[in-house]
Amino acid sequence: MSAPPKSAASYGLCSCHVCRLVSRRTDFSAPALCPRCGTLLHFRRPRSVTRCWALLIASFILYIPANTLTIMETGSLISYRRDTILSGIVHLWNTGSYLIAAVVFIASVTIPLLKLISLTLLLISVQRRSLWHPRERTRLYRMLELVGRWSMLDIYVVTLLAALVQLGNMAVVKAGPGAVAFGAVVVLTMFASMQFDPRLIWDPMQRKETHD
Amino acid sequence: MAEQPGQLIACHYCDLLQREIPLNPGCIASCSRCGAVLYRNATDSVDRTLAFCLAAAVLFLVANAFPIFSIEVSGDRSQITLYGAVVSLWDQQMKTISVMVFVTAIVMPAVELVSMSLLLLSLKYHRVPPGYTLFMRTLQYVQPWGMVEVFMLGILVSLVKLTGSFKVIPGIALWSFGVLTMLLAAVASCFSTRDVWRRLERLVEGRGDR
Repeated sequence: MSAPPKSAASYGLCSCHVCRLVSRRTDFSAPALCPRCGTLLHFRRPRSVTRCWALLIASFILYIPANTLTIMETGSLISYRRDTILSGIVHLWNTGSYLIAAVVFIASVTIPLLKLISLTLLLISVQRRSLWHPRERTRLYRMLELVGRWSMLDIYVVTLLAALVQLGNMAVVKAGPGAVAFGAVVVLTMFASMQFDPRLIWDPMQRKETHD
Repeated sequence: MAEQPGQLIACHYCDLLQREIPLNPGCIASCSRCGAVLYRNATDSVDRTLAFCLAAAVLFLVANAFPIFSIEVSGDRSQITLYGAVVSLWDQQMKTISVMVFVTAIVMPAVELVSMSLLLLSLKYHRVPPGYTLFMRTLQYVQPWGMVEVFMLGILVSLVKLTGSFKVIPGIALWSFGVLTMLLAAVASCFSTRDVWRRLERLVEGRGDR
């Protein structure tokens, strides 16, 4: 490559996050609006790291009750069960629904953990202005955006079962407090990954290239 | 459609400044530094998206109006619709979950389908939709929160869990949600914000005012 690649921000250009129009910001004292769609322009998402940390820490805290509290109570004439997320999956596996157990395991255990760990990693690496594998870190972020929503699976299952199985003494399914905490983790981690600005991953490289 | 040569574009994942190049139909331009998709040349993006979008809107109504499935135990029968499930959870004092499901499975997909249909219909008839920036902004904020495909998987998992203890009868909405999931995927793959903005720009210029 002849010239080092440069970011739009290093030219004083700003791309609108709604319509993607690239425009020049001249007056830095006043807030600038996109000339095409009128959205407030930012070079980077404002206070991205702080907000992302706040949401992420909240999710870490809620992750504990989400996994330890009951997510679903199942009662019938002959049996009564209280299930947490993990015990529900184990029960599915033991009753022979291997595929469904695997799907629920991926959606409710793997994905939330992956999100929490990866966002922590991304935030720390951005704060340390790390130059480590920026392309792979960006790809990791894109994957998080894509898979995050699938954790809602358990919330929907609990909702459907609790609404449907209300047969008096015969069989009753109830949603437990764990479901609320789990739902909150899903929503908070989604907000956290929306707050994270992946362009921050590339900014340290920019600095280095422009100064060299 | 003639491409404007060399328009500047910044990658939304790494902020690399690049120039647009004309693409063959169906091709994708990706960022030369981080590999993210910059834009696509989607053929007939407005017409196709509109078609899928209207079809999805019809199925969305069907999926919400009819029961998803019902169970039968010794003569006792219980059935639910999506909205019925939301109401039932609300009555069981699980209000947070009820609201969560209501927003992600009903409100957000509905807002997305309505605003996208209105926007594309006016573009199709070469009108500048009133408040189009609001529509575009709404679409962007709404899209991550519409989770019909996840709900569909939720239905399947519930089906498997139920078949162990009950006789389960699938309802019309079950099939509708299946088709709706596919249609929404088609909408997402056809819709091109870049195309819409380009058309809007041309229409606004043609009108001579804003």
